Amino acid sequence: MSGSLADLSAMLRIRHFEDAVRDLFTRDLVRGSTHLCQGQEAVPVGVCGELAPGDTMTCTYRGHGAVLAMGSPLDRCFGEILGRAGGVCGGRGGSMHLTDASVGALGSNAVVGAQLPIAVGAALAAQHLGTGAVTVTFLGDGATNIGAFHESVNLAAIWRLPVVFVIENNQYGEYSPLATTTPVARLADRAASYGIPGVFVDGNDVGAVRAVAATAVARARAGDGPTLVEADTYRQQGHSRSDPATYRPPGELERWLARDPVTLLADRLTEQGAATPAELDAVRERARAEVSQALERALSWPMPHPDTRLEGVYA
Amino acid sequence: MNYRQVIARAIGDEMAADDRVILLGEDVAAAGGAFKTTVGLLERFGPQRVRDTPISEQAIVGAALGAALMGLRPVAEIMFADFAGVCFDQLANQLAKYRYMSGGQFRVPVTIRMANGAGAGFAAQHSQPAENWLLNVPGLKIAVPATVADLYGLLRTAIRDDNPVVVFEHKNLFAVKGEVGPDAALVPLGVADVVRRGGDLTVVATQQMRHRAVEAAGRLAADGVEATVIDPRTLVPFDDETVVASLTETSRLLVVQEGPAGGSWGASLVARIAQDHFDLLDAPPVLVASDDTPVPYAGPLEDAWLPTVDRIVDQAHRQLAY
Repeated sequence: MSGSLADLSAMLRIRHFEDAVRDLFTRDLVRGSTHLCQGQEAVPVGVCGELAPGDTMTCTYRGHGAVLAMGSPLDRCFGEILGRAGGVCGGRGGSMHLTDASVGALGSNAVVGAQLPIAVGAALAAQHLGTGAVTVTFLGDGATNIGAFHESVNLAAIWRLPVVFVIENNQYGEYSPLATTTPVARLADRAASYGIPGVFVDGNDVGAVRAVAATAVARARAGDGPTLVEADTYRQQGHSRSDPATYRPPGELERWLARDPVTLLADRLTEQGAATPAELDAVRERARAEVSQALERALSWPMPHPDTRLEGVYA
Repeated sequence: MNYRQVIARAIGDEMAADDRVILLGEDVAAAGGAFKTTVGLLERFGPQRVRDTPISEQAIVGAALGAALMGLRPVAEIMFADFAGVCFDQLANQLAKYRYMSGGQFRVPVTIRMANGAGAGFAAQHSQPAENWLLNVPGLKIAVPATVADLYGLLRTAIRDDNPVVVFEHKNLFAVKGEVGPDAALVPLGVADVVRRGGDLTVVATQQMRHRAVEAAGRLAADGVEATVIDPRTLVPFDDETVVASLTETSRLLVVQEGPAGGSWGASLVARIAQDHFDLLDAPPVLVASDDTPVPYAGPLEDAWLPTVDRIVDQAHRQLAY
């Protein structure tokens, strides 16, 4: 399976979105912190590209890409990060809680690993109601060391729930390189202790991600239970906006930039004759324009009124 | 019918009324519950709706939340209330906040049940009255039933509520008896029960302490002192109105609480009354609470940790002599 021009477009939209968010920070238009996913776009685009309507997804605080890949509108996601009333969560959630139930994006979570039990529950509901829906949950490499990971994968395995666990292994848990926190080199190996398939994939190759996701999603939908996918990728930015990532060894970033997922896909499409340089340029230009127009719209929206702050605690 | 048995009755009635209600927790199915509170539900509703889980409290609460987001109405048991500590993130950061931080995109109809409280010699890690841990977490509702009818009615209401409700089942009350008829009433959240009426003093207490307050009121009556005893039945929402209405007659407030005073519902009630209704009072409002220690094991130590009927009576006399 190889990526398509549509995948390139989806990845570029995420790339430009994240670049814009970084810029908004420097203009002091975003509060708190944010966690960007430049360099990891092939993972959510490849995985969510294999989902069907009605499927659901939970993700991490580095989840802008995943929520956009589910189909949430660019402007309403910008709006949320800008704290606008028109944001997907009405300005109550922000960057780390992007949630758009209308596209199955059930929540970005700011607590490492906490999105896993919730995904397991969504899958339990699908199994119970017989909807045939599948739930994907994204987690970082660091989350494989938190208890909720073990509890969730174990529970999903014994109940054969339709859930796919996708580790976005971006090589760092906050500032710590994986090898300093984790005694196994292949996180997919952890699947063995739950009796489920563990699959390693090049997370910068959207076609490879799609192929692995298709198998895992089909397995889940068929009632055969969960799969643990490890997508090997790289966080091109620091952990959060305050992190210059000076801990990276010399040459590491450059090596990964040479395998940038967007560039890889564009090159492949060219090699395969699937797209002409002019078509690629058109896709690039359209993605840039869509993002920039969405941002302009979101910036024009009002902030939520303080009098609304009590709304929505209880149903 | 006792307090222990009525739990399965309430859950069973809701499961019969609504296919979306499921029950999950450790040993709730085949074993009928660690406290035998869910006996018969597996046989009646089958393994798809009554599910034994691994010992995984985070997964239990999180799965209940996730299933609720997709339209089920899960009832999750986490056995001893102390184990709320194991899954505090899922309770306080996830379940409670999910609706608000998504901008109201979801309803979260989850009922969390846990066996609460001291008095049975289970020592510090199996005796915690844990309701105050969750008090400062907007988004949760908290029920603390003391009687068979209240437990039945509140549990059913909790399952029907579109918000997360934590129902504390006091394990030292399991043997308390009561009647629940075939058409027993639901009990609304946020409506106190005036257990006894008297014009001299208002005593507010929940669960085990409610029963001690009633006993204390009986002894006070023998001394010629008539106390009103109010059981708020839920801590969130809290029925201030009923307490204030009583204080307009009695002008004296005595709150009795199982558990240390710091950051508690009892301390909050005393603070609210002092702040908002100072003019009603003829004596300082008082909270009788447990010592600032973990729950001790040995009988004499645990007995001394729990507010006693003697302490309630003594404090009432002091209030009246003020």
